Amino acid sequence: MTPYIIIILLIFMIIAALVALETRDTLAAVVALAAVGIGTSIAFLFLGAPDLAITQVVVEVLVLLILIRATISRDVTTIQEGKPQFGMTIAVSSLLILFLFSLHMVEVLPVFGLRAHTGLAGNPSLHYLGEALAETGAANVVTAILLDYRVFDTIGEVTVLFVALIGVWTVLRKKGRLRGDSDSVEGMVKKS
Amino acid sequence: MIYGLCLLLFLIGFYGVVVKRNLIKIIMGLIVMEYAVHLFIVLVSYQRGGIVPILEEGQKIGEFVGLAVDPLPQVLVLTAIVINFGITALVVALAVRLYEKYGTFDVGEIRRLRG
Repeated sequence: MTPYIIIILLIFMIIAALVALETRDTLAAVVALAAVGIGTSIAFLFLGAPDLAITQVVVEVLVLLILIRATISRDVTTIQEGKPQFGMTIAVSSLLILFLFSLHMVEVLPVFGLRAHTGLAGNPSLHYLGEALAETGAANVVTAILLDYRVFDTIGEVTVLFVALIGVWTVLRKKGRLRGDSDSVEGMVKKS
Repeated sequence: MIYGLCLLLFLIGFYGVVVKRNLIKIIMGLIVMEYAVHLFIVLVSYQRGGIVPILEEGQKIGEFVGLAVDPLPQVLVLTAIVINFGITALVVALAVRLYEKYGTFDVGEIRRLRG
């Protein structure tokens, strides 16, 4: 049952992604992108990963807010697409060739639904599943790994997120720039 | 079949990054690529009839180990989702800054204005 649901969701996501990339209205594109994210979230639910589904929804909403904030006030609600950066035919045909070659890579992968990690020596997943409750006291194994076994990973993640937010603040700040540095459009217009 | 569709989703995002001229569309292609990669890793770790890796009361540990899906890829993807959110925020901030400086989101236009 699950594979069919996943296939239907993936087809829905592919259509939504195409709509997001091809539509001219920016707001419609952002909403279509949100549909892709919600599709991912529902797929996570069916694949036995509720923690991922929750995180995906939260991140999706935040990305949506950021994109709307970035585009809605700039009176570019519609997009004029000129000629593409590279030749359209060259790009699409090379992507098609890439797709055909990658399909061979897909054949090498284990069949969908088989447990890929059984039989691999030294795989930590079985240890985590069996010992997480006794060793960490957490019933949710994902949380146990995230906040106990691999907590340095999580510290690194938070550090990266914090550095990215400092970067956003540095790029977007209004105060602290040089006054003569009139690099905004309004400044250029005023000067000339 | 499923992996192939996931690959197709990734390539659609890649198409957006390569072909589109609007910065917002390029960022959207990037986000679609992220989603495809996250979904792919979780798809590989799935097993048929697998249950959520959360222990319920009165469940035998031995049974649970045999049934639950692999939790390790889920943890790594959880980290990746949050980090990708930071990347997206930074990229959008850079795009907004470029718009303030050049008054357009068009990549070709920006290159022409820079001279």
